[in-house]
Amino acid sequence: MPCNDSISRRTMIRRLAIGASGTLLLSIFPKLSFGKEDAPGASQTPAKKRPLYAYAVDTSRCIGCCACMRACRAENDVPEGRFRTWVERYRVRANGEALVDVAAQDNFVFTEPPAEDIVKAFFVPKLCNHCEKSVCSQVCPVGASYESPEGVVLVDQKRCIGCGYCVQACPYGTRFIHPETHTAGKCTLCYHRITRGELPACVLACPKGARMFGDLHDPLSHLSVFMKQRRYRVLKPEMGTHPKCYYIDLDLEVV
Amino acid sequence: MNYVFPNELHVTWTVMIVLYPYITGLVAGAFIVSSLYHVFGREELKPISRFSLASAFVFLLFATLPLLMHLGHPERAFNIMLTPHFTSAMAGFGYIYTTYLILVALEIWFVMRCDLIKRAQESGFLPWICRIVVLFNYKDTPETREADHRVTKFLAGLGIPLACMLHGYVGFLFGSIKANPWWATPMMFIIFIFSAIVSGISVLIFHYFIVSRINGWKIDAACVRSLARYLWAFMMVAVALEMMELLSIAYEQTEATDVLGLLIRTKLFWSYVVLQFMVCSLVPFIMLAVTALFRLSDRVAYALIWLSSCMLLAQVLLMRWNVVIGGQLVSKSMRGFTSYMPGVWEKEGLITAAVIFTLPFGILYVFHRIVSLFPDVEKEGIPPHGV
Repeated sequence: MPCNDSISRRTMIRRLAIGASGTLLLSIFPKLSFGKEDAPGASQTPAKKRPLYAYAVDTSRCIGCCACMRACRAENDVPEGRFRTWVERYRVRANGEALVDVAAQDNFVFTEPPAEDIVKAFFVPKLCNHCEKSVCSQVCPVGASYESPEGVVLVDQKRCIGCGYCVQACPYGTRFIHPETHTAGKCTLCYHRITRGELPACVLACPKGARMFGDLHDPLSHLSVFMKQRRYRVLKPEMGTHPKCYYIDLDLEVV
Repeated sequence: MNYVFPNELHVTWTVMIVLYPYITGLVAGAFIVSSLYHVFGREELKPISRFSLASAFVFLLFATLPLLMHLGHPERAFNIMLTPHFTSAMAGFGYIYTTYLILVALEIWFVMRCDLIKRAQESGFLPWICRIVVLFNYKDTPETREADHRVTKFLAGLGIPLACMLHGYVGFLFGSIKANPWWATPMMFIIFIFSAIVSGISVLIFHYFIVSRINGWKIDAACVRSLARYLWAFMMVAVALEMMELLSIAYEQTEATDVLGLLIRTKLFWSYVVLQFMVCSLVPFIMLAVTALFRLSDRVAYALIWLSSCMLLAQVLLMRWNVVIGGQLVSKSMRGFTSYMPGVWEKEGLITAAVIFTLPFGILYVFHRIVSLFPDVEKEGIPPHGV
């Protein structure tokens, strides 16, 4: 005689089917699963949150020496004619006309003779804004462009198909197709350095401290403290990309 | 003025990306012409219905070639389908394209099955291929023909939204790029669909006249005049949509208006204002209006219609150029323009583009050698006969 608490074949099959479909659903929608907690680094204690890296540029400090551009090129082997970072020079004439240029050649030295009637001049370093809602990651058809858990926008060079859609989508012109690897290239915030606790090469090279890097999740980090003390804005906020590159003392001329 | 971000000195999307929407546009337009007969019963288009379907198919076969030529890593192209990233508009391309290719191939198979069966009865290499294509099923009765016809009608009907999706999607690829003020408009995909239909009808008229001339076939007047009227209607809508988009840009006076105005007045003055609008839109519009509204002799009407089709083919190519290249000329700094001139012999150069564009016509000829694309054609002054 069968035991009362035994499971019938039908019930067994039904339970197996429910279990299998549940597993399938969780694997299709990983955000529903518990895997989120199992991601690398997620097992840290609540007191020590995963860092959220960001960048700030104090335009009033930049002197246009372009040491950052040279450091970036040396550190990241950036190809000739392409730029992970650059420094723009703005010269505003008395009539309000702005002359903008960049030292893209001749070892990154501004060589053009000064124009007349200049009433205001300043430098603005540019780089990838590592947007919170990065449109370049959104448009990548194979997911080669992605945001790291620390908020750094990166490109998986082994997955990138070199379609250039991200280059078109970036509102800041910070991406390019590498002429040798034929994949998308961009600023990585020197990911290989920051994950070892070092500073990005450009930040390290800046003699005036115009470039700052830090962890927004750490309230005591240099960047967090600085941003509480100063007023800042981001480039092209109307794009809705929520950049994590903050500009201090930014002139209206800068786009 | 004239400052561009340093990475913008290199134009990323070249003439290959001009060719890609152009070819997919030809596909969509040619398919819609065949559906006008198969679904909407436009009997006057029957002489060209097979030809239009076959044209859509061969252009579809080559639609991805410019993309593959452009990709930095074409060997990873299938990753778009294998590991798609669905937040990207581009990720859907592989699926839409493949679905449409299967649909068009199936429709062709059903349309031409009875002819393929006839051809399969002969001896030789091509009949042997035909035997494989018909899956060794040689049953050809009024019942099977009726069944083929029903399936064809269903597929042709299903194909219309798919054709619009395929090409509307191409427009969306550009229209959804909010960083580019020349592209970012919800109108883009509608503009692309209508310009696609214009280019599709144009290529059919252009090609039909040429093959008829070469073979000494009599032109089917009702068919050509009907096509010309459709072409006239669709080109009016296509041009009006583009003008409305231009008007919106000018009227809204956003921060991009100045730089886009300058783009049109300087960099795109010849290709956009003069060639695309003044020459290749206005002149065909007048010529097609004359053929539609006045009684002209066949000879004069044919000349005007053929010339219009040539100019509208050029107009749509210019439109693709002005969108794809024009959009990249504007710096995202909004302070200037970069420049682009395609190379001749390079991988993504003009010779490659010309070869890619010519290849479908060659394949179409081979297609015609296997199964006639003009079964109802009649020779000038000679009683009707099969080809």
